Amino acid sequence: MEWSDVARILAVRPHGETSAIVDILTPSQGRHAGLVRGGRSKSQRPVLQAGNRVHVTWRARLADQLGNFQIEPDHLSAGALMEDPLALSGLNAACALSVLSLPEREVHRAVYDAFEVLIETLNDPDIWPALYVRWEAGLLSDLGYGLDLKRCAVTGVEDDLSHVSPRTGRAVCSHEAEPYRDKLLALPGFLKGLGDVNEGDIGAGLALTGHFLERRVLWPTDRVLPEARHLMQDRLERAGRL
Amino acid sequence: MSAASGPEIERLIQLLAKLPGLGSRSARRAALYMLQKREALMEPLAAAIQEAADKIRPCGECGNLDVSDPCAICRSPGRDITSICVVESVGDLWALERAGAFRGRYHVLGGVLSALDGVGPDQLNIPKLLERAGREDTQEIILALNATVDGQTTAHYISDKLEHAGVGVTSLARGVPVGGELDYLDEGTLSAAFKSRR
Repeated sequence: MEWSDVARILAVRPHGETSAIVDILTPSQGRHAGLVRGGRSKSQRPVLQAGNRVHVTWRARLADQLGNFQIEPDHLSAGALMEDPLALSGLNAACALSVLSLPEREVHRAVYDAFEVLIETLNDPDIWPALYVRWEAGLLSDLGYGLDLKRCAVTGVEDDLSHVSPRTGRAVCSHEAEPYRDKLLALPGFLKGLGDVNEGDIGAGLALTGHFLERRVLWPTDRVLPEARHLMQDRLERAGRL
Repeated sequence: MSAASGPEIERLIQLLAKLPGLGSRSARRAALYMLQKREALMEPLAAAIQEAADKIRPCGECGNLDVSDPCAICRSPGRDITSICVVESVGDLWALERAGAFRGRYHVLGGVLSALDGVGPDQLNIPKLLERAGREDTQEIILALNATVDGQTTAHYISDKLEHAGVGVTSLARGVPVGGELDYLDEGTLSAAFKSRR
């Protein structure tokens, strides 16, 4: 068994003294793990950092074996992000959430494409927080738990959608949302594709996607949102970008 | 093999095989070698291991391993008490001591933050570092953590925590290693080297 693809490194765990088990996200194979022999060597360690884009070849005798990765560097993004704590927190959150939520060996092309764009924009703090929220919304959608933000769940109108039901994930217009405002989740305009990102939108977006990721994706498998996501949220708040 | 040797030798081989750098085959060779050099090697080695196990403890101040608490580095009057170098492990502390580049004191974190491995701030020796940073004589905290995603995440976390401690926080430089050829350097190292050119 053998395949080759481009991939982003998600996580690296030491295996024995010299090898590493590497989790990657690929466009054609989804999230996939494999053993990298010599993965803890001086030459491999800079390559095997979360967020780096690599060319990978996977080989195994049987399809369900862990298999071995042969990894070549393509674009090493991690090094450039290490100096920036905000960008690094975004990278950590995206990688940790991918590992926690994406089933292994299940293709999620849209999630990979959005992940690729997100990592490449992490050096621009004006753009990436909104992209991150959109990526999480896309992740939910690709996993089958997409939010229905097209029309109001009560009246069917397509305008003036302001909130989302925490139970159904369907949008509600502001008139119908008014009596239940404290029980509903705010819907930021940029998630509907409307206008710029306003103050409070990123925080509202993270609360919205975090709510559904936790309840629909993570809780059923007895998991919670990763610590890295909370750290990113803290950092965004301190930077005044929520 | 097990038929030819008793359970004591088997146990010795199994324990030796757990050491870094030794597999079961090399552990067997090491066990056999020690048994052949019983008086010259095996008994002194056993005594040295026993003595180390009895006496060596982590330093309550910095986390270094030593026979005394505080350790020799923390007690040394010749050390600069105004600067603390933060390292991930005792191995890193030994590496810096070998280089002889730093004459201050250390602080061993005992790991780095890792979301996937469930290592949070509570699992690391960070509260003690914050306490040490708050002392009057401390002026500089040097973050000598690995240039990895986890290492730098930890460094940023500690920098944030020390924001209001009234001490200077610095990090080790990143760039071209001695003997390194530009051809073989990764993009991250090259861009870091260019940013910190002088």
